[in-house]
Amino acid sequence: MWRSPGGAPRLRCLTNFGQLTIEASYIRVIKLTIDSGATAWVLVSTAMVMLMTPGVGLFYGGLVRSKTVVSMIGLSFLALALASVQWVLFGYSLSFGTDIGGFVGGLDFLGLRGVGMDAAPLAGSIPHVLYMAFQLVFAAVTLAILTSAVAERVKISSFVVFGLLWTTLVYDPLAHWVWGGGWAASLGALDFAGGTVVHISSGFSALALALVIGKRIGFGSYVLEPHNIPMAMIGAGLLWFGWFGFNGGSALAADGLAANAFVVTNISAAAGALAWMAASWLKGKPSALGMVSGGIAGLVAITPAAGYVDSLSAIAIGGVAGVLCYRALLFRVGRELDESLDAWAVHGVGGLWGAIATGIFATAAVNQYTGLLYGNVDQFIAQVIAAGASVIYAFGMTYILAKLVDAFMGLRVSEDEEYVGLDVAQLGEKAYA
Amino acid sequence: MMKIEAIIRPERLEQVKKALEESGFVAMTISDVLGRGEQKGIKLQYRGGVLDVDMLPKLKLEIFVRDEAVEQVMKIICDAGRTGKYGDGRIFVIPVAMSGKVRTGEVEK
Repeated sequence: MWRSPGGAPRLRCLTNFGQLTIEASYIRVIKLTIDSGATAWVLVSTAMVMLMTPGVGLFYGGLVRSKTVVSMIGLSFLALALASVQWVLFGYSLSFGTDIGGFVGGLDFLGLRGVGMDAAPLAGSIPHVLYMAFQLVFAAVTLAILTSAVAERVKISSFVVFGLLWTTLVYDPLAHWVWGGGWAASLGALDFAGGTVVHISSGFSALALALVIGKRIGFGSYVLEPHNIPMAMIGAGLLWFGWFGFNGGSALAADGLAANAFVVTNISAAAGALAWMAASWLKGKPSALGMVSGGIAGLVAITPAAGYVDSLSAIAIGGVAGVLCYRALLFRVGRELDESLDAWAVHGVGGLWGAIATGIFATAAVNQYTGLLYGNVDQFIAQVIAAGASVIYAFGMTYILAKLVDAFMGLRVSEDEEYVGLDVAQLGEKAYA
Repeated sequence: MMKIEAIIRPERLEQVKKALEESGFVAMTISDVLGRGEQKGIKLQYRGGVLDVDMLPKLKLEIFVRDEAVEQVMKIICDAGRTGKYGDGRIFVIPVAMSGKVRTGEVEK
C-alpha cells in the first residue's frame, strides 16, 4: 500500500484500455476510524516539525553577521506565519484538493471547508484537520529554508509578497504532484517525507532566487564571517530533534514503519556529520560547523527514503550526502555564487541525492518497494524523472517569480541599508546592545 | 617613533593588512570602534520618517613605526582602505616618547 503522506492508498490494474487507478480509500471506507495512537504521535510530530522553523532561523542567524541576525531569525518566523495563513485559506486545497490534470489540487478545501475532526480518505486513521496541520508545518519550514538565498539583503515587504507567491505557485503544486495524487504519485515515484517537495524545491529555488537578487556587497572581496557558531549549532540541534517528527510522523501511524523512519533518520544524520567532518579535516581542520552541516545533509538525504530503507543503507545515504554536499558548497564558493547559507548545497543537492538514493536502496524488508540494488530499474527511473522535473519546475518558476517581484517592488534594500544592516534599517531593532 | 592610528572600514581590513604585510609592517593592534565623521552617519528613509544611524562600526588600527616610515605607511593604508565613498576613515599620527619590549625589557626611544 501507498504509505507516503497524502498519497491515498491506491490499487492499480492494467485493463485493455490502459492503466486504471482506483483510489483504495473507496474500497476501505469502513476502516476509516481514528486511531488514538496514530493521532497522538502525529500531534506530537506536528509540534516537533513546527520547532524546525525557528531551528532554521537560529542556524541561519548564527551564520550571518551580527547586524542582520534579528532579520534572519525573523524571516523564519515570518515564513511560518505566512505559510500558516496561506495554507488554511487556500494552500491546503491547492495541494490536496481533487486532482486537476495531475498538476494541482482543486478548490474543494478552500478555507478548510470539509476538513473536519473525523478521519478522511486522505488522512488515514488520524483526524483530517490534524493531517492538514501536519502538512502545514512542512510548507512553513520549506519557505524558511529558502531565506538562505536572500540573507542580509532582502526587503521585508518584498519577501512577504514573494513568499506568498512562492508557496502558492511552487510549493503547493509540488506537494500535489507527490502527495496529493498528482502525476509523480501516479508515476510511482517515492518520497516518504519530502525530499522532493521540501528539499529539492527549497534548495533549487534558493539557487534561482540568489541569482536574481545578486551578491551581498563585499562578497568575494572580504570575509563575511559567521557571527555566532554556537547559535547555529543550537539551530542544527533543533532541526535534528524536529526531524524525528518530520520523518517518523510521515508514517501517519504509530507503528513499526514510524520506528524505522525514526531510527534511519538518526543514523543518516550521524553518518553525514562524520563524513563532512572528515572531508573538511582532510582539507585542514575538522570544523564543528561543518560537522552539524553534515548532520543536516544526512537528515535531508534520508527524508525521501526513511520509510523504504534499512539502517545500513542509511549509513551509506548519510555518508555520501555529507561528502557530496560539502563538495557542492566548495563548488558554490568557487563559482562565487552568493547563495549565502547553502540551502542549495545542503537541501538541493542533498535532496536530489536522497531522491535518487531511495530508488537505489529501497528494500522490501522495510516496505513493499525495491530499488536498483534489488534489480528494480523502474523505481530508479521513476525517482530520477520526479526529482529532475522538480528541479526544473522549482528553479524555473522561482526565477520568474523573483524577476517579477524584483521588477515591481525591488527585492533588495538600498546600498546604505545593506551597509547599516537589515536589523536597524528594516526592523528598527538590534540583536546586541 | 610615531604611533599611527587609523580609523578604517571593517570590510577593508583584509586589504589593508595584506598591503602593510607586503611592505614589511607586520605588527599592529586592532579594535572594534563605533564612530561618526563629518557626514554624521547614514540617514535612511524609514516608513515615511527618517532614521538616523549616526554611529557606524569601524576598526581602529594602531601601528608603531619609525619616523621616516610614517608617510609610506599612511600611503599604504589610504590606497588599500579607500572605496572613494564617505566613511573611508581617517589617519592620525602621534609622537611616542618611548617603547619597551615586555619579554626582554629592551627599551627604544
